[in-house]
Amino acid sequence: MSIQNFEQHFQAQIDNEIKIEPKDWMPEAYRKTNIRQISQHAHSEIVGMLPEGNWISRAPSLKRKAILIAKAQDEAGHGLYLYSAAETLGMSRDEMIADLHSGKAKYSSIFNYPTLSWADVGAIGWLVDGAAIMNQVMLTRTSYGPYARAMVRICKEESFHQRQGFESLLVLSKGTAEQKAMCQDAINRWWWPSLMMFGPKDTESTNSDQSMKWKIKRKTNDELRQNFVDMIAEQIKVLGMKLPDNKLNWNEQRKHYDFGEINWDEFWAVVKGNGPCNKQRLAARRKAHEEGRWVREAAMAYTEKKKSKSSLEAA
Amino acid sequence: MNIKITKYYYGDIPEEKSAGSTYQSAQDATTWPLWEIFIRSKQGLDHKHVGSLHAADAAMAMENARDVYTRRQEGVSIWVVESKYITASNPEEAGELYEPAVDKIYRHPTFYILPDEVNYM
Repeated sequence: MSIQNFEQHFQAQIDNEIKIEPKDWMPEAYRKTNIRQISQHAHSEIVGMLPEGNWISRAPSLKRKAILIAKAQDEAGHGLYLYSAAETLGMSRDEMIADLHSGKAKYSSIFNYPTLSWADVGAIGWLVDGAAIMNQVMLTRTSYGPYARAMVRICKEESFHQRQGFESLLVLSKGTAEQKAMCQDAINRWWWPSLMMFGPKDTESTNSDQSMKWKIKRKTNDELRQNFVDMIAEQIKVLGMKLPDNKLNWNEQRKHYDFGEINWDEFWAVVKGNGPCNKQRLAARRKAHEEGRWVREAAMAYTEKKKSKSSLEAA
Repeated sequence: MNIKITKYYYGDIPEEKSAGSTYQSAQDATTWPLWEIFIRSKQGLDHKHVGSLHAADAAMAMENARDVYTRRQEGVSIWVVESKYITASNPEEAGELYEPAVDKIYRHPTFYILPDEVNYM
């Protein structure tokens, strides 16, 4: 078969909703796009533990602490599922981690914002995980098999994250005046960054056709963002709080909520490394990696020692 | 061939927008090998492949599999196999491997038309 035939066959598989598996032929750009997207998604899960980790030792009760630890442990697991999926495309875990630590690879900018109060933990669960779920539910149907399977597993676990976040805010929203204010303040700070999680507008995302054609992605940034706004605009009524957007209004004609403009200058500043916590987050990741090096080496040395011992005994 | 790569920014930021720094990581002296994990979700069912992970040895692979894949009681038994010991069939040989079965429809019970009186055979 010529390369064109391979490509036609590949596209026909995708058009017929047949998943692509690791050993199948695929265009180089498909492989690269998936490696980049999956590994950056994995990095997001790992770095995403940091803002919440800030509150594990300061959670207001043992129950909330146990929940938060379970959630952070889930994120670590999600990172692992995703790294494994990316590894099936031929990039090693070490290379991916080196790219994260050098700043070459990215993670979701949302985790470059600080967690200033306890209510932020609830807001992250409800808004940040809520936004992530919109994207992840779509990705359970992505065309690359290992990525889709990792996403199914992640989605099953993720719904607890969003629910615990909302429930935590619900408790605050019924509390003292101070607790209510804390709840509203967290929502005010996390709302716009959550909307930014869906990426630039479709009109700015000029090369977007290929990923849709390859079914790596099945909905556009703006579609997902709109779904998210529609969902949250309803849920916030239950909390009795307000979203910090005076342009937020139900549009009877569109059957969707209209909403205000995102601050795109801020979006790009954070992407380019100038968010409030970019340096701190990367420094924390590097430190953990460097300080864990001796453990990784010792574990492997122990394995080698056991192997040589057993081969001596066998001889 | 000139394929343009799509740029989606959720967990996917294009390289030219990245702010690379000069950080250089020393390579680990050793990389833990990759293991494939199989879980029996309950008694009476087969072990099923659930994913993979890195571990220094089988005991660690087992512990990590427990932590990663059975946090919500998803399993009652775990197998771990170092990935390098798995031999996989090649998709390009699918024709030779599976096609001979395609035209042997007489291997299926529905190939045989029996009178209605012979119920439930």
